[in-house]
Amino acid sequence: MEIDLKERVSYTLQINDRTYAVEDVEPRLLLADVLRDFLGLTGTHLGCEHGACGACTVLADGRPIRSCLTLGVGAKGLALQTVEGLAPNDGPLSRLQDAFWEEHGLQCGFCTSGMLMTATFFLREHPKPSRKEIREALSGNLCRCTGYQNIVNAIERSTQDLGENYP
Amino acid sequence: MNGRQRRIEDPALLRGNIPFVADLHFAGMLEAVVVRSIYAHAMLDVVNVQPALESPGVKTVVTAMDLPSACGPIPMRLSPSSELEAALQYPLARDRVRFVGEPIAVIVAGSRYEAEDARPGVEVRYRPLTATTNVRQAMKNPVLFDTLDSNQVYQHRQYHRLVESKEPDPTLRQLHLSFSIQRHTAMPLETRGLVAVPEDGRITVYGATKVLHFNRRVLAGFLGLDVTAVRLVEVAVGGGFGVRGEFYPEDYLIPWLALRLQRPVRWIEDRLEHLQAANHSRQQEHEVDVSYDDTGRIYHLHDEIIVDTGAYIRTHGVTVPELTQGMLPGPYRWQEVDTQLRVVLTNKTPTGTYRGPGRFEGTFVRERVMDAIASTLHLDPLTVRQKNLLTVDALPFSHGMQALGEEIVWDSGDYPLALAQAAHLMAKEEFPRRKAAASARGRRRGLGFAMFVEKSGLGPWEDCRVAVDADGRFTCWTGLSTLGQGTMTALTRILAETWGVSASQIRIVHGDTDQVPESHGTFASRATVMGGSAAFYSARTLKSRLQALAAPLLEAHPEDVILTDRGAEVTGVPTVAVSYKDLVEESVRQALPLDVTERFSASAMTYPYGVHGCELEVCPNTGMIQIVRYGVVYDVGRAVDRDLVKDQIVGGVA
Repeated sequence: MEIDLKERVSYTLQINDRTYAVEDVEPRLLLADVLRDFLGLTGTHLGCEHGACGACTVLADGRPIRSCLTLGVGAKGLALQTVEGLAPNDGPLSRLQDAFWEEHGLQCGFCTSGMLMTATFFLREHPKPSRKEIREALSGNLCRCTGYQNIVNAIERSTQDLGENYP
Repeated sequence: MNGRQRRIEDPALLRGNIPFVADLHFAGMLEAVVVRSIYAHAMLDVVNVQPALESPGVKTVVTAMDLPSACGPIPMRLSPSSELEAALQYPLARDRVRFVGEPIAVIVAGSRYEAEDARPGVEVRYRPLTATTNVRQAMKNPVLFDTLDSNQVYQHRQYHRLVESKEPDPTLRQLHLSFSIQRHTAMPLETRGLVAVPEDGRITVYGATKVLHFNRRVLAGFLGLDVTAVRLVEVAVGGGFGVRGEFYPEDYLIPWLALRLQRPVRWIEDRLEHLQAANHSRQQEHEVDVSYDDTGRIYHLHDEIIVDTGAYIRTHGVTVPELTQGMLPGPYRWQEVDTQLRVVLTNKTPTGTYRGPGRFEGTFVRERVMDAIASTLHLDPLTVRQKNLLTVDALPFSHGMQALGEEIVWDSGDYPLALAQAAHLMAKEEFPRRKAAASARGRRRGLGFAMFVEKSGLGPWEDCRVAVDADGRFTCWTGLSTLGQGTMTALTRILAETWGVSASQIRIVHGDTDQVPESHGTFASRATVMGGSAAFYSARTLKSRLQALAAPLLEAHPEDVILTDRGAEVTGVPTVAVSYKDLVEESVRQALPLDVTERFSASAMTYPYGVHGCELEVCPNTGMIQIVRYGVVYDVGRAVDRDLVKDQIVGGVA
């Protein structure tokens, strides 16, 4: 794909099973900025803007990417998923989100979207992970509040059979 | 109060649908980028902004020359001292920059992209000066401020002898130790940020936290506005840890630019700016002389503390140095404490508080001293500690030290018990066996302990207002901030348990200077102690008013009236109840308002304490360290919510 950086572009993105139109923007816009400033999907957070902290992680065709290191126009044709796509707005939290709630897997909540997206990908590939595997999977996501223990607990809890009262 | 509780803050955070400051959008909003010094120390010969002004989308570019005269240096909020005034920071550098990252100009444009495009168009001609990068150099190098005689901007000796004067005992052993503590900073995952919105002669600033009311006063003064024309609003906050929420240069520049342009202006710090310009902390050197006898009993503690405070004095004044000094003696009984504090300016990022300011540093030094004493005497480090700990009947106890304007008085506790519990928690008895097993595998294993005394509940007071309406909805107004600690969960819990109603009936209003008239803020482990206590007292007053109103209607004694989600009823007789609608009508009739504000005041801080234990293994070939086990014993007093307290301790350890 060749892009003339001086030409403004319009494109569509597939996000959380919906089609979003991005109209008449500079091609240099980062995916994170497109999501947040143009499409109102502000659940994806920016912690470092250079790929170090993982807060901006979204899924593209099911795999985690840093939306701060990806051009919006480069995400054309990919099936994107953001934190807003994990649970319906008026519905219950997902099993993973509920486990984070129960286990206090967050404090300030700023890293949480990235943690949830990374864990969503990881759990699809490792439905019954060990704690060591969970820690390894989270090694690209930084949290400054929790010390990670409760995040590991939450992800582990989401894989356990807790009876029908839990999502 | 026991039982696990899900935090009320969490569902919105988990869905990603509660706004942080960078998520806010206003019609016509502009974006600001700060141009910062690339030199640690230089004269600003020329700052030419003309090329930047011509860059596409740029609305304005300002430098120090554009600032109004009302804008002075940023004042100290805590531990102010007149000799520090000369080293305060102005929002924009005037003729000289003193650290990498110091703001020189602000560009405002239609978007962040456009503002950053214009950045090379701010042409700064620097004349570099020698950068002072450590405190020893700083004592000799030319002064960083022409009005100062020395880069040592502050000194304070605290000397206290607790026994009768006598000749120095020549049989005592002496030990000299040097310690150096490197810079740290808090690094919350969300960088700082502000959105300032002008409207009808007022200015609203989103992104404030921690100390909204103090910052409102400073901002109003700088802008030449009445405080009622300035509104500070807290939205979701991505971690604070001491650095966030203090009054920084941008806290003036962004609202001022918004007023000047009459447009909303957003500024979101990037991570590089945060690393360079948000407060650092910790950097200190300690030269310690200690005397003790052959049994390990300690006598005399002398410490020369040299603090690298960075290029300017910021809002914390000398809070961190003073807390280091004042709390240095720790939980032990010293016969003489002599501390000389020196605060020194260098060409590094200015400093402030960060998680356990002063206690981190002093505890590290004091506990290493205890280990060193044990080592020279071939004694168990815990034996030396136990020998010198203040016992239960010795408390309250003071070494005479001061910090934050109060004498430090250890109030209560059982230090020896905490140490014994820590030894048990870490299975110290069996440690030799584990050590031998590690040796057999070619690993070195160690087990260490450190004791600390912490402070909490800084006064002077905190208010809380509560009210109930005809639908039985309770509202609480608090000046506290929530930066991730779960403060609103703790407050809700206090209120729900005091009233006996469900948490879902309670709404908490916080973080808005239009809604809460005054508060001292959320720092120094004071929020739940001060604001939580104010909530308890106001809730109790409201409850007693409801009981007094309901009692005659229920033909019962007021103390037999309980509250439920539906109304008031007599305990044990749930069939007869008075609705909140009736109670509100009755309160109007009797002129007994169901809207109550109570103040909780505290004249002195409280001092929790504890022990950390760590067992680790070192591979002698590679130097790799593995923490095998880490334990904390902590007397936290009465926990409002054990899980929230544990969350803070675990997060703090990590």
